[in-house]
Amino acid sequence: MTILKTMAMGAAALSMAFAATTASAFEPSKPIDFVIMAGKGGGADKMARLMQAIVEKEGLASKPLVPTNKSGGSGAEALSYMNGVSDPDHTIMVTLNSFFTTPLRQPGLKVDIMEFAPVGRMAEDTFLLWVHKDEGIKDFDAFLAEAKKRGGKWVMGGTGKNSEDNIITDFLNNNFDLEIKYIPYKGGGAVAKDLAGKQIQSSVNNPSEALGFYESGDVIPLVAFTDERLPLFPDVPTLKELGGDFSYFMQRSVVGAPGMSAEAAAYYTQLFRGVYKSADWQEYKSSKSLMGDFMSQLDLADYWGTQRDRHTTILKASGAIK
Amino acid sequence: MEIWDALYQGIWIALQPHNLGLAVIGVVVGLFVGALPGLGSVNGVAILLPFTFVINSMTADPASPMIFLAAIYYGAMYGGAISSITLGIPGASTAVATTFDGRPMALKGDADRALVTAAIASFIGGTVATVFFTGFAPFLSSVALDFGNPEIFALMLLAFATFIGLGGDDIPKTLFSICFGLLLATVGFDQISGEPRLVFMNEREQTALLTTFGVADAEASVPFFDSVGWFSRGIQFLVLAIGVYGIGEMIWTINASRYKITMTETQISFKRIMRGIIGMKDAWKGTTIGSLLGFFVGILPAAGATPGSLMSYGVTKMTSRNPKSYGQGNPDGVAAPEAANNSASTGAMLPMMTLGIPGSPTTAVLLAGMVIWGLEPGPRLFEDRPEFVWPLIGSFYISNIIAVLVNLAFIPLFLWVLRMPFTILAPVIFVLSIVGTYAAYDNMFDVWLMVLFGIGAYLLRILDYPLAPAVLAVVLGATAEEKLRQALLLSDGNFEVFYNPFFDRDGKGQEWWIAPITTWIAVILITMPIILWLFRKVRGQHNEA
Repeated sequence: MTILKTMAMGAAALSMAFAATTASAFEPSKPIDFVIMAGKGGGADKMARLMQAIVEKEGLASKPLVPTNKSGGSGAEALSYMNGVSDPDHTIMVTLNSFFTTPLRQPGLKVDIMEFAPVGRMAEDTFLLWVHKDEGIKDFDAFLAEAKKRGGKWVMGGTGKNSEDNIITDFLNNNFDLEIKYIPYKGGGAVAKDLAGKQIQSSVNNPSEALGFYESGDVIPLVAFTDERLPLFPDVPTLKELGGDFSYFMQRSVVGAPGMSAEAAAYYTQLFRGVYKSADWQEYKSSKSLMGDFMSQLDLADYWGTQRDRHTTILKASGAIK
Repeated sequence: MEIWDALYQGIWIALQPHNLGLAVIGVVVGLFVGALPGLGSVNGVAILLPFTFVINSMTADPASPMIFLAAIYYGAMYGGAISSITLGIPGASTAVATTFDGRPMALKGDADRALVTAAIASFIGGTVATVFFTGFAPFLSSVALDFGNPEIFALMLLAFATFIGLGGDDIPKTLFSICFGLLLATVGFDQISGEPRLVFMNEREQTALLTTFGVADAEASVPFFDSVGWFSRGIQFLVLAIGVYGIGEMIWTINASRYKITMTETQISFKRIMRGIIGMKDAWKGTTIGSLLGFFVGILPAAGATPGSLMSYGVTKMTSRNPKSYGQGNPDGVAAPEAANNSASTGAMLPMMTLGIPGSPTTAVLLAGMVIWGLEPGPRLFEDRPEFVWPLIGSFYISNIIAVLVNLAFIPLFLWVLRMPFTILAPVIFVLSIVGTYAAYDNMFDVWLMVLFGIGAYLLRILDYPLAPAVLAVVLGATAEEKLRQALLLSDGNFEVFYNPFFDRDGKGQEWWIAPITTWIAVILITMPIILWLFRKVRGQHNEA
């Protein structure tokens, strides 16, 4: 494999008009293990593979990033893998909010997120509530009425148990007196497909996951869980406008494995800052309704601290942890 | 007639020198990547993704990069059969089923025929799938949407049902083999709750063990492998497949043929290749079943080419008049999985392009490529970007023709491998098995596990246990479990969701027929052989008495 990769790198070198030869204390000496803590086809997966493609296209790294999906157990598989890697300087991961929630729910994993290297936050993803157009539901009130009527037969699909999607569903159930049933999937892509196929009744997909079926007219957004209306969906009200005091975002951060050296962390921060600034990333960010600026190192660690506290409160309220 | 025009234009563009050149290079690269154990289409496509940016900047043709990657994908599907047949090690997970009969054919001196059959069946499978793709893409993507969790679980059940017949006539041993495979599939993190299962020795247990052995400072030496458990990574499919078919098979062969110096006396000539092509008439059934079933399984986002090829093998054997000849070198047994894996890989492109959902690891990489080339896979792709879609479909036809020609041309080279003395070939296979496993997962633990599986497989084989059902169970186990649990969450634990079309899933009183029909077929398929077997057994005892 290594020989093949070396050959491929030779080919790739042609594309590297601006080879990254900035004098840095750390240079990767072998292909970089790029872990994705979610399944194929979801928002995190699409984004990670886009980042990898941008790194290749712009020639930002001297060694390729090799993406691997470790989707098991809402990120538990990925986190435990990261905790035990033999070469932390060549192992990075794209994270979701399960980065906060899974270690809280499963202390047995012995994961302390503050031991991970804060490489860079690439964006904050947004959530909307989606239903199939054939349900005939036009707005949030109609949704509430119909979901209440069907009780436990109204099914929400989402990525993972006690994850972002589960948290939003719990919020809806608790605050609007609903009994929506939540079914965990491995990735947002599978959720979007099952909503389009009317296998489930609603989802809280990120825009990047639902956009294809939105554009084809199969699914419609009812409400955004953001602070302000999204430029991509100017007619969709926020929950705050409708009187619910709740907004929720998903971090899209890249982290280094516990034990990564400071030089390596600095190298990856530089690398992903480059990805963030690229035209392709900026284009993706605006077309998929992503928010948030680039954030790294100490700022990012602070942000993690705040987010972990918030998720502790949320999970305690829903009874997922004590 | 709109389609004909578009297709004509598409094929014309795919035939342009730059696209044709890319397809030839892609097919050859794919063929070799697929033939090397441990490297499959996903590695080939991922490694060469950067190269497509060069292509993209050099040609103005939006379809060129994808034509290149798709050609690698096809080439690898053809290539996987080569090491399955000549070495007995599956070149990729998609070619596992090809070893079942391809290997025995090679041992009988019919390797050339097996290779020709594999190539032609692959060609037919790929072409049939492309025709479906051309004519019915939008309709088929809506079929894929009709398959929710209960439907996919019912389909998995059907796959297991076809494998009851796979282990020969000894049904208890086959059932044992399936259950053993399912057990292996549950190792690792629970996919829904995230709890570790069967991971063997967590931190506390490791400390206890070390203390028992009187290791000083036991606490400090833990974890000596992994704090969650040794098997927290789960049992990877290729680890099992390479162990069983690489190491296990090799030990078996050494045992069985200890005085033979060469494996086979394989001749090669134009005449023999022609004979192989004419011999395809014995493999039409496997080819047909593989082409159709493979495509259908391929378009379902949960499945992919590996289950497609295994299921096609099972169905072909079940419907055969002479099921005992399978596993002994039946050309149908080579044709079915090979037609199916090519057909399924074309099928898997469909949900990737029309729904934006990759059905296999390889299509996940292709999807990423499409995004970076500025394409938006999804329901609108066919309408919005015909200048991409039709040349690509055109190239499916062209690449298939190239692949079968290149493959036939290389057959003498592959056969040369078989003429090596066994004393050289056996160590080569051992080395390839070990290197292949390490290449696939980058982990020594998996290599040891692979060797262990190899020895275990040899022992089970001495005891006459069929191994193919266990391999199938590991492939399908995780998906089957996930879908079973999701479906039961949906129905509040009520199994009626699988067999009762009138079970109310969404409070609207709709009827759901797909899952029940599939389940009932599966139930009949499972119970029939068991009843027949019991019947024979009772009668046999009667006769003896």
